[in-house]
Amino acid sequence: MSAASANGAATAGEVQTVVAARRLRDATSVFIGVGRPSTAAILARMVHNPGLVLVYESGTIGAKPYHVPLSIGDGELAQTADAIVSVPEMFNYWIGTGRVQVAFLGAAQVDRHANLNSTVIGDYEHPRTRLPGAGGAPEIAGFCREVVVIATHSTRTFVSKLDFRTTVGHGDDPADRTRLGLRGLGPTAVITDLAVLEPDPDTCELTLTALHPGVGVGEVREATGWDLAVASTVAHTPPPTDEELTALRELLNR
Amino acid sequence: MAELTSLPEAVAALVRDGDAVAMEGFTHLIPFAAGHEILRQGRGDLELIRMTPDILYDQMIGLGAARKLVFSYGGNPGVGGLHRFRDAVEHDWPRPIELEEHSHAGMANRYAAGAARMPCAIMRGYLGTDLAAIAPVAPMTCPFTGEQLIAVPALRPAVSVVHAQEADRAGNVQLWGIPGVQKEAVLAADRALVTVERIVDELTPRPGGVVIPGWVIDAVAEAPGGSRPSYSLGITDRDNEFYRFWDKLSRDRDEFTAWMREHVLDRARDAV
Repeated sequence: MSAASANGAATAGEVQTVVAARRLRDATSVFIGVGRPSTAAILARMVHNPGLVLVYESGTIGAKPYHVPLSIGDGELAQTADAIVSVPEMFNYWIGTGRVQVAFLGAAQVDRHANLNSTVIGDYEHPRTRLPGAGGAPEIAGFCREVVVIATHSTRTFVSKLDFRTTVGHGDDPADRTRLGLRGLGPTAVITDLAVLEPDPDTCELTLTALHPGVGVGEVREATGWDLAVASTVAHTPPPTDEELTALRELLNR
Repeated sequence: MAELTSLPEAVAALVRDGDAVAMEGFTHLIPFAAGHEILRQGRGDLELIRMTPDILYDQMIGLGAARKLVFSYGGNPGVGGLHRFRDAVEHDWPRPIELEEHSHAGMANRYAAGAARMPCAIMRGYLGTDLAAIAPVAPMTCPFTGEQLIAVPALRPAVSVVHAQEADRAGNVQLWGIPGVQKEAVLAADRALVTVERIVDELTPRPGGVVIPGWVIDAVAEAPGGSRPSYSLGITDRDNEFYRFWDKLSRDRDEFTAWMREHVLDRARDAV
């Protein structure tokens, strides 16, 4: 990264990562996949919450990576973990029981009730795009105490109807999670590169609650594939501080 | 009792056309050398089972060795999609492939049930998802509490293949680092083949070490570097550059086929 950009204003992606990291200020543990969620969780340990326990699907509990790992099973995660467990143990003893507080999840499609698709675009039998599939997401979203979805804001991702429901967020109505036996709170926020959406307390429908610096309500609604509800008071995300931005750039440069 | 043998001999003895083959290793300890030997010997029509198909199954699918894939996450971790897998599903190239897909929790519990010789495992999950409609799972009611649960069928591979750091001369195997579902896969299978980085006189206990007794394994073959471009903790490093390289190379059918011929099929064994 050049010196000029290191001193420059935050990009939309950087703001998204910084906002996700802030969300972990008071968390005890976070379950993370690779990419931006992992970067955000490592950043949270650097600037907000050094005691935060990182849990990766590969079985590494309490990993303390110095670098952002490429995969969820990089050697550095195993070498720095407090404990390493098998996959059956990870899902049955740690995730299924709600022992992990926050889970960060991504998805190719998100609907208005924060249900997620990571399986196919198009018809299942004859998909236009075959995506990787469920991985751990259904049970992670079901049983971690709360879920934060991290996604890039566009009408390709934020769709009125999923092509495939891989993972239940809030189902079709506020009673669905209880009816299905899903014990966690489900998605409590969707953090995008433009804004933060949160489920309405009564309907569980995603509602615009915060705008990132320089972003307007119209831009967010245009990037959403349904008629996005807007909270009566929309907050403005405080811009990344020098400390946050410097730490993030230093982390990605390691 | 495990026989210490060469990898070609072990594959010839244990892997047959049409078998349901599970090759496990969760990011770590993926048995690439064994998979490549299966390809070299021309085994085909396989039902490939693996939680995370990764590059190894992308290669096997791209060469047409699989008629069916049982899995839970078909991606290149941290990089993107698996292009040979996608081409098979989206365009039937080089042959149509049947899919059976689950969540990770479902697959892990299915292996555990297979290892226990139970017909199924009981878990929470799948309910409310479209996976429940396409995966062979069934809702059930807990006879004690009345809770709605899900039963997933046991996985019983004909043969399971895993890679580990060490074996002793009696074929007892020890692996350490991320243990994945390797022990479950070995115990769930009718036949088991383990490749190892090295044969040692005596296994030294390691923190978090998983020991699989030699008498539940059919063959142990020494294959140094046998998990590359995955890794064997403490011995080799994950080749992240190769995972990125694969994303580019594997997009093109001809480039893929030429690469596999040069680096896998036309060699006597994998380069170390």
